Amino acid sequence: MSTVRLDAKTPPGPLAEAWDNHRFSLKLVNPANKRHFKIIVIGTGLAGASAAATLAELGYQVDVFTFHDTPRRAHSIAAQGGINAAKNYRNDGDSVDRLFYDTIKGGDFRSREANVYRLAQLSLNIIDQATAQGVPFAREYGGLLDNRSFGGAQVARTFYSRGQTGQQLLLGAYQAMARQVGLGTVRLRVRTELMDVVLKEGRAVGVVVRDLLTGEIASHSAHAVVLCTGGYSNVYYLSTNAMTCNTTAIWRAHRRGAAFANPCFTQIHPTCIPAAEDFQSKLTLMSESLRNDGRVWVPASPDDDRPPRQIPEDDRDYYLERVYPAFGNLVPRDVASRAAKRMVDAGHGVGSRKNGVYLDFQDAIARLGRQAVTARYDNLMEMYNRITDEDPYQVPMRIYPAPHYTMGGLWVDYNLMTTIPGLYALGEANFSDHGANRLGASALMQGLADGYFVLPYTIGDYVAGFLNESPVPTSDPAFARAEAQLQERISGLLSMKGGRTVDDFHRQLGRVVWDECGMSRNEEGLDRAVAHLPDLYEEFRRDARVPGDGESLNQTLEKAARLEDFFELAMAMCVDARHREESCGGHFREEHQTPQGEAVRNDERFTTVSAWFWTGDPTRPSLQEEPLAFENVELTTRSYK
Amino acid sequence: MNITLRAWRQAGPSDEGGFETYQVSDLSSDMSFLEMLDVLNERLTLEGLEPIAFDSDCREGICGACGVMINGRAHGPQAATATCQLHMRSFQDGDTITVEPWRAAAFEVIRDLVVDRSAFDRIVEAGGFITVATGSAPEANLTPVPKETAETAFDAAACIGCGACVAACPNSAAQLFTAAKASHLNLLPQGGAERYVRTERMVDTMERFFGSCTNHGECEAACPKQISIDFIAMMNRDYVKAKVNSRGNA
Repeated sequence: MSTVRLDAKTPPGPLAEAWDNHRFSLKLVNPANKRHFKIIVIGTGLAGASAAATLAELGYQVDVFTFHDTPRRAHSIAAQGGINAAKNYRNDGDSVDRLFYDTIKGGDFRSREANVYRLAQLSLNIIDQATAQGVPFAREYGGLLDNRSFGGAQVARTFYSRGQTGQQLLLGAYQAMARQVGLGTVRLRVRTELMDVVLKEGRAVGVVVRDLLTGEIASHSAHAVVLCTGGYSNVYYLSTNAMTCNTTAIWRAHRRGAAFANPCFTQIHPTCIPAAEDFQSKLTLMSESLRNDGRVWVPASPDDDRPPRQIPEDDRDYYLERVYPAFGNLVPRDVASRAAKRMVDAGHGVGSRKNGVYLDFQDAIARLGRQAVTARYDNLMEMYNRITDEDPYQVPMRIYPAPHYTMGGLWVDYNLMTTIPGLYALGEANFSDHGANRLGASALMQGLADGYFVLPYTIGDYVAGFLNESPVPTSDPAFARAEAQLQERISGLLSMKGGRTVDDFHRQLGRVVWDECGMSRNEEGLDRAVAHLPDLYEEFRRDARVPGDGESLNQTLEKAARLEDFFELAMAMCVDARHREESCGGHFREEHQTPQGEAVRNDERFTTVSAWFWTGDPTRPSLQEEPLAFENVELTTRSYK
Repeated sequence: MNITLRAWRQAGPSDEGGFETYQVSDLSSDMSFLEMLDVLNERLTLEGLEPIAFDSDCREGICGACGVMINGRAHGPQAATATCQLHMRSFQDGDTITVEPWRAAAFEVIRDLVVDRSAFDRIVEAGGFITVATGSAPEANLTPVPKETAETAFDAAACIGCGACVAACPNSAAQLFTAAKASHLNLLPQGGAERYVRTERMVDTMERFFGSCTNHGECEAACPKQISIDFIAMMNRDYVKAKVNSRGNA
């Protein structure tokens, strides 16, 4: 595998013309021929649904698989705050160049210039497309689209639908795909999980899937396979991701030869509701948009146990406004998260478990009136009240950082193809656009850019080489081998009849990864984790209990299979974090910080993408580095002060 | 707190199924209802029994995956709340809680509390979209949409597709779901061109799977997103117009 060379296929020439020139250079497939090509799409979130709909509109035969009961459950649905686009409707100085610059800087100079520039350009088309689909974006009284501000930007470029922007955008993409299902151009299979990617002569030629209701294992072949399966924050057990979010599709692709890029780049979102009890199953995000009007503070004195409303102004520390006056409460996520951690670690935490900081709307209510605050955030206020039994209009919210998004993912080139020819990765499943830290309201933008506007062009260039060739038949021994391996794996999992539950092991894995590879990392802890995780994995294999059979719905079996992949991924994350001797974005190595606790990058050594290849030993992957060139923006130390 | 749980157990679609009773103790009132089921399931697993199957995913009330009848009410006792957002503080120490799957002919029970809601997807596939191929959209601000219209469309679009409306309806009708989906698009100028054909196709498909609406209003009461039955009236009007239109074209 180490003979694969990373070729990012970044187009030459000026950045602003790169995508247009590249599109022109790509091979086209004539409409009559498109229907001879079959493409498999795995996952139906923003990236998967938008890609499937668009490919089918173009004439391709599309097979779509999701493990949910309906495509609309994909976790994109839970995105709250908004989607960025450089429309400059506010006349406040926004432009494609500025969105590009903000995203590069927000990512702490660890993403590819050409990809990010393309993303900023396509942001304009996304808003047009979604509006035409009937996405009910917030509007001004004149009937035109409204915007709000998000972290890491000094312009208001975020389009939103109350606090449910992801839901509305996903419904738009889902409905576009449903139209194709109705037309018979997309074949949809629900409650069906990808278990393996099948290669022949080094190319991706199909997949092996498992029907979650019957346990039936089946092969499907195609000219190309597209993975749109999201991120891996659930490696931490407690995260803002949905219960079933997992790494299996991209990890199984990695095991078949796809490079995994920057696995240690994980985003810990600053505004989530702190854990309340030991059996907490997930953490709930409170949208970053709340930082538009909410003020973050802690008691200035660590021993101050007074209720928040009895703490006078002078005894409060609005630490974000104090330390980062230019951006204040709207500093990027990684900066806000680490600042909260510093406060809680120093004993300023609030709540009965002293595990949060305040996000206070008192001033906003005084300034704007309760009605205006309600109009902006009511569903979030209500959600908070429901979970904590506290009224955020009366007392400040308590928030704390939680795993939320993973910038790392399968390495892809400019065409979104992985290191396996014919295998693509879109949206959060790839690593491409957010560097070491994603800005708020940029995940929806990337998923939809990839699915609506990038892949539909680039995939033609690949499949055009297979004109008049049918997909490899599923009778090919490559499929039989993969099916047999999966059958054996499932039998192995079902034979686990130990004394602990799968969830119990997942909680334990999550604690290790959170402690050693969470908001801050150091050499000693990472070495400890890399040494300990294989033992914990062995213990899981020996002592976990998987009840039931493999011929009917068995949710524990599903979890156990996903957890196996999380174990191996956790090892790769720690190896990657250990290797990257610098602090950048969400990756904070304690050895590399300023006396004030800010991240210190090592540009000379690590202006690179770390692409890891599977060797058979998850603690010893082999590394190839893609150098990153910054020709249009200057590498500077990020400052939000 | 301690509770007694009567849970519906059913091994598969063809199994008859029945209630089993479990004592669940040492719960925190801050736990969610589904976390209570998680705790019970871990215990059942260690006792060598099969855990209770149920659907849930985001656990913040937006994905629509969860949904069970709790003491005979869709999503349980708290109004405007999906099952995953219900907390044990809504119950008293010592309560007996009965939990069972959605009951509707169109929603076959797959296992325990898990049902098949794919008929909803068939309704959307029939017409629950605006025909606009990728790339063909005009500039977004070309068509102003009055704020109030956009807000009303949003109220309908907030549907999470959980199926509580069908489960709560004595006729297992899907009018509220279908009306929410249709009205969201019908209200917006972007969806105007297909308004009548959309409504006709969606309603006709709905009737293949679901019972008839007799205006009980139980759907609105059960809806975790408080979607109004006014949308049903709007859909019915559009449907009549659609039928008249298509007769004219015949």
